[in-house]
Amino acid sequence: MSLEKTDIEKIAHLARLEIDPDDVSRYARDLSVILELVEQMNQVDTGGVQPMAHPLQMAQRLRADEVTETNQRDKFQQIAPQVEAGLYLVPKVIE
Amino acid sequence: MHDKTLTELAAGLRAKEFSSVELTRYFLDRIARYDGQINSFITVCADYALEQAQAADQALANGDAVSLTGIPLAQKDIFCTDGIRTSCGSRMLDNFIAPYDAGVVERCSGAGMVMLGKTNMDEFAMGSSNETSYYGPVHNPWDREAVPGGSSGGSAAAVAARLTPVATATDTGGSIRQPASLCGITGLKPTYGRVSRFGMIAFASSLDQGGVMARSAEDAALLLNVIAGFDERDSTSAEQTVPDYGATLDETLAGLKIGLPEEYFSDGLDTEVARIIDAAVDEYRKLGAEVKAISLPNTGLAVPTYYVIAPAECSSNLSRFDGVRFGYRCENAVDLEDLYKRSRGEGFGAEVKRRIMIGTYALSAGYYDAYYLKAQQLRHLISDDFAKAFEEVDVIMGPTSPTVAFNLGEKSSDPVSMYLSDIYTIAVNLAGLPGLSIPAGFVGSRPVGLQIIGNYFNEARLLNVAHRFQQVTDWHLRAPQPFAD
Repeated sequence: MSLEKTDIEKIAHLARLEIDPDDVSRYARDLSVILELVEQMNQVDTGGVQPMAHPLQMAQRLRADEVTETNQRDKFQQIAPQVEAGLYLVPKVIE
Repeated sequence: MHDKTLTELAAGLRAKEFSSVELTRYFLDRIARYDGQINSFITVCADYALEQAQAADQALANGDAVSLTGIPLAQKDIFCTDGIRTSCGSRMLDNFIAPYDAGVVERCSGAGMVMLGKTNMDEFAMGSSNETSYYGPVHNPWDREAVPGGSSGGSAAAVAARLTPVATATDTGGSIRQPASLCGITGLKPTYGRVSRFGMIAFASSLDQGGVMARSAEDAALLLNVIAGFDERDSTSAEQTVPDYGATLDETLAGLKIGLPEEYFSDGLDTEVARIIDAAVDEYRKLGAEVKAISLPNTGLAVPTYYVIAPAECSSNLSRFDGVRFGYRCENAVDLEDLYKRSRGEGFGAEVKRRIMIGTYALSAGYYDAYYLKAQQLRHLISDDFAKAFEEVDVIMGPTSPTVAFNLGEKSSDPVSMYLSDIYTIAVNLAGLPGLSIPAGFVGSRPVGLQIIGNYFNEARLLNVAHRFQQVTDWHLRAPQPFAD
């Protein structure tokens, strides 16, 4: 699997990553080499094999639907880049 | 002082040979004196440590102390610490002060241990050489030209250089065992779920596991006693009871069945490393163990499988870093998309970006079955290989890493050759099994590690097997010369 520069631009957009235009061809090369490694997976026929999502095949624990967290908005917002009146600020989204 | 075991340090504190404040100052002084040569700490928290040490001395005086009260340790900078920066080795979190302690940190503090600082690591734990850290590479204490391994390179180097008695670490594809091997120390990655992931910054959530680094299996067992156990705040935390890992260290190895996977001794293994591993296995024969050849036929597929699953999970986990609620934010964003893209583009380093993009690609429309689903099926086959092996043997042994530590810069421009240095450790994470690495010899000045893999929740047996080896060998007692005094 060989990726072109346009593929990298598309993937970077999906991942919301700004890539320096000078670096795009380097990423195309690196990712192509990694995908080549990954292609080795196709050496094995996995038809009928159950996919394994969790190493211990455990059931997900459930808990009672009760409020257990306390409101710590001020503490959490202390580390935010920009807040005002308890809200996180971002550039204008709706005109 | 810096060569004392945890048991000796605990006894010294109780006998009033030294106080916890004195002990803490002693290690803080060593860090100040030596860390400039190896860069193993990102943050040293002297004031915080001395406050904890004073409290520990009070507890010792009052008779409220537990086994490791007053003993210093270092935390990998992936564990959140309330009030002290947690960077995860990234520019993205260079300004991040977590509003709470990780489960592991909470348990260490609760046990009266003293946190000296936060150790260097590959950015977001993605790397095998510690060269992807925003804070610069760590140097191997045995040879400053060599890498310490990664991603827990700072914890491994700090323990090897005797800058801390023990340290915490994490392992997603070998990040405890490989640096332990390259730095000549003991490192244990427990069973998936044994140690809480709460407050441990997520890389690949179905693989990530916290563990310990120490100079001996005995010390590792005592620290594991502190950090292991159920935590309801981690949805995949194991509810199994925790044994006393120190209680079974001396059990006999007579009749122990050791499996040697032929795939771990084939092409790509350095011949000198192979010779040292053979000699270590011979020691086990002398201790009464039986050795037999086994096969883990899908070993060669572990690295390709991992490089789908880990990036896929990482691309999802790292989407939380968006420049809005915490962490790095770019300047003068023109709109929201620009804010996201530039905050992430400027905040993440090259290796993290590579993995996010591989994961995004593997999960994108039309590719899911060919990559992610296929990888999860192979994961099952890899896991089944181990299950079959453990029907015949008690533990599996082999090299931790195919070579000794490579030179700084040697593999940093070739991601795939870097990935292949984890060829013997990655399958263990995919299966969720416990594994440890112990020092078994040297090639020149650079250490070689023996990997021991156990069945689920058999950490006590692994530590026992490692401890008995350390009673009849002295590799784990060797210290890198520049840091010996």
